[in-house]
Amino acid sequence: MAGFLDVVILVLMSVTAFSILRSRNLFGVVILSGIFSLLAASFYVLLAAVDVAFTEASVGAGISTLLMLATLAITHQKKEKQHINNPIMPIIVVLVTGAALVYGTLDMPLYGDINAPSNQYLIQRFIEQSGAEIGIPNIVTSILASYRGYDTLGETFVIFTAAIGVLTLLGRGRTGNKAEVKQISSLETDGEKE
Amino acid sequence: MNLSFEIPGLINYWIVIIFMMIGLYIVISHGNLIKKIVGLNIFQVSVFVLYISISKIDGGSAPILDETIKSYSNPLPHVLILTAIVVGVATTSLGLALIVRIREAFGTVEEDDLLKSERLDD
Repeated sequence: MAGFLDVVILVLMSVTAFSILRSRNLFGVVILSGIFSLLAASFYVLLAAVDVAFTEASVGAGISTLLMLATLAITHQKKEKQHINNPIMPIIVVLVTGAALVYGTLDMPLYGDINAPSNQYLIQRFIEQSGAEIGIPNIVTSILASYRGYDTLGETFVIFTAAIGVLTLLGRGRTGNKAEVKQISSLETDGEKE
Repeated sequence: MNLSFEIPGLINYWIVIIFMMIGLYIVISHGNLIKKIVGLNIFQVSVFVLYISISKIDGGSAPILDETIKSYSNPLPHVLILTAIVVGVATTSLGLALIVRIREAFGTVEEDDLLKSERLDD
């Protein structure tokens, strides 16, 4: 059963999400998204997921917010433009998606159910054996670094790729590249003339 | 299993679905690219909350081994979400870098204006 505090934090999170939806002040939106992440982190603590709470608070609420604030500063954005598009189509799409998701939850195991399939089988083994096999008291660390080590390696590749992407987009050699692209395109048009 | 127990048992998932709907709506309907990224972040966090809700076991403690503790919450979703949070920041930073680049090339981060300038080019 869902505890009282859980529901309070979840309701606070929905209020925050709704104010993000309504607000046009981009600085406020970014700060609210940081608050949203921080509330999520406190929710994880309530659910005994301390490692996740740690990461969410530092990476989700910290670094993401910082990156967004930096983007706001670089692009000189203050207010979101009022746009004229008809909101009915997106609302229909979102409501249909939401209805499908709610329909999907009706079959799900209840919150906190120890007999749920996801809490059986392999998990019992991890809890019983990981202390002896890996020698680390923190089960999450054992799984992250050893049992599912390839996952973590893959994660590192993803971050590496993202870093390369960001550097290519914003890195130093960019202005040189621009000139090069111009030259190439002018060469191409020259070629077409001939 | 009676209904009066079943409704509180699923309410977490339903509130999470509300977050997902808000995030999806921001991504679809708002024109400002930075706000789109914020919407994407809300969607991501709601998926994380859903996973962590699945991992909860009544009376379960944090998954750190100790002889005095009898039941732990499920550590596997925690691991998956740890990975997902970090990957989420990687995608966010890539998206923001693209926004900075778009602003340099077109002078705006509003979708409407970008579409207009594209039409002018044609």
